[in-house]
Amino acid sequence: MAWFKKTKGIRTDKKGKIPEGLWVKCDSCKEIVYKKEIDKNLKVCPKCNYHFRISARERLKLLVDEGSFVEMDEGIVSVDPLNFKDTISYKDRIKEKQKKSGLKEAAISGDALIKGYPVSLIIMDFSFMGGSMGSVVGEKVSRAAERAVEKKQPLIIVSSSGGARMQEGIFSLMQMAKVAAAIGRLRDNGILYISIMCDPTFGGVTASLATIGDIIIAEPKSLIGFAGARVIEQTIKQPLPDNFQRAEFLLEHGFIDIVVGRKNLKETLAKLFELLL
Amino acid sequence: MIRYYLEFEKTIEELELKIEELKRISDGKDIDISSEIKKLEKKVKELRSEIFSKLKPWQKTLIARHPERPYTLDYINLITSDFIELHGDRRFSDDPAIVGGVAKINDIPVIIVGHQKGRGTKERIYRNFGQPHPEGYRKALRLMKLAEKFKRPVITFIDTPGAYPGIGAEERGQAEAIAVNLMEMARLRTPIISIVIGEGGSGGALALGVADRLFMLEHSIYSVISPEGCAAILWKKNGDFSSEDFSKAADALKLTAQDLLSFKIIDGIIPEPLGGAHRDPEGIAKKISEFILTAIEELKTKTPGKLIEERYKKFRKIGSFKEETE
Repeated sequence: MAWFKKTKGIRTDKKGKIPEGLWVKCDSCKEIVYKKEIDKNLKVCPKCNYHFRISARERLKLLVDEGSFVEMDEGIVSVDPLNFKDTISYKDRIKEKQKKSGLKEAAISGDALIKGYPVSLIIMDFSFMGGSMGSVVGEKVSRAAERAVEKKQPLIIVSSSGGARMQEGIFSLMQMAKVAAAIGRLRDNGILYISIMCDPTFGGVTASLATIGDIIIAEPKSLIGFAGARVIEQTIKQPLPDNFQRAEFLLEHGFIDIVVGRKNLKETLAKLFELLL
Repeated sequence: MIRYYLEFEKTIEELELKIEELKRISDGKDIDISSEIKKLEKKVKELRSEIFSKLKPWQKTLIARHPERPYTLDYINLITSDFIELHGDRRFSDDPAIVGGVAKINDIPVIIVGHQKGRGTKERIYRNFGQPHPEGYRKALRLMKLAEKFKRPVITFIDTPGAYPGIGAEERGQAEAIAVNLMEMARLRTPIISIVIGEGGSGGALALGVADRLFMLEHSIYSVISPEGCAAILWKKNGDFSSEDFSKAADALKLTAQDLLSFKIIDGIIPEPLGGAHRDPEGIAKKISEFILTAIEELKTKTPGKLIEERYKKFRKIGSFKEETE
């Protein structure tokens, strides 16, 4: 038996990801905070209230009644329609991400209870290829929306995604139309759809499912937008305003209903159900 | 006439310049070199067929962006009569990067909406290089709703590098404007026919493209990301890219009309004249109008309910995945 266990050093290269180690630098306020303190605080920075990215499974625990989640469509997996290859092939990249994350794709789907209210639920996981939406995520969302209509229960989608998945090309782009059409049917059938946007939500996900909720909620300080800040800066060649594309910025401009902290999310949803259903 | 030639058309350019020179020399003189000219013209044609028969995706991208390529307003002028342009989103402003209005095609009243690029520096800037702001998409939707109200088919022309990435665009909800168009087009109770005439740049293109019939011109492209954007993500070289990188990215993205037809994403390809649409705008316009009229004929008998049901299914089935059962 080894006397010392080798621990991984702090990595600061990956933004928003909590590195292994005792101390963590907050992505928002850049303060160094004790990791245990963050963990205790639902992965929220105690200094600035920045909500760190959490996995879909962690999210699930915070959001639904214990033991109520029944996963669905977990068998849908990516194929490689374009035969896409960059440094490694898309097929290998998927396998690698599956191994690393223990997830099969960038979103999990299922039915659950939130304070006793049955819902159809989609939760995206940014750690799986940036939560990107390809054919699988598009299909899971569409099926969840159709189930919500069938079962007359609200649809809840928790987004955390860089947008459409480049590796599936035009198929990913068309998922935007597909999910928007499926969500359109909720409107025709009087089914509640609540969109919850977390850090970060961008591109094809913001420009399809995330911004057409009956009610749109965002976690504090989440970055939300259509184009990424770097692309905008390169295009307009001037610095961006403070707070640009943060949840509070979107609230101010009228594109989300409420900014709700992780701690109060479940409670808020239950109240909305009580008032609307 | 000074024409714009692409890099891979240089050999054609040389020959055509030579022909013009010969014509100039022979003009008004006794020497007869018409047989020589004819020979050269035949050679140009052969050379062009040769080059255009095996265009690579990156070359097609360049043709799709060709500065002389006909734009939406050119086609509107060539195809329609009685066009009245309608402006504004009734919320913020009028976006010149999207144009639209009422018109007749072959005496059938329609609503036309399309991205509009500019020709020449001044107009290009005015049209924001065909990159719409949210108000452009909201204007487009307003006109589509007008079409729904008066039971007119909607024709959209797609030709944009993408929705504009800027501060104002974000402040005014670029993503929301696109998303709402996707949702509302899927539910629009009147026929929608879309044609990609140049660049189909991602969500900003799709926001005019949720249609019952979707066609692409032979050398147009449609992609989730531009080859340049794709190269930048894949090979992170800090802006130092060669056209070879873009070529590789264009290959990988499978963005040509031919690719999309093989994926069954589009319903047909409209053949372009040799050398691209800009070589014969009238000819290509006539073909486009034939495609539109056939599609209207097919769609006009369907009830609104059937239309949106079929449109829903058309998009609902797009996706490439497998289902494992454990």
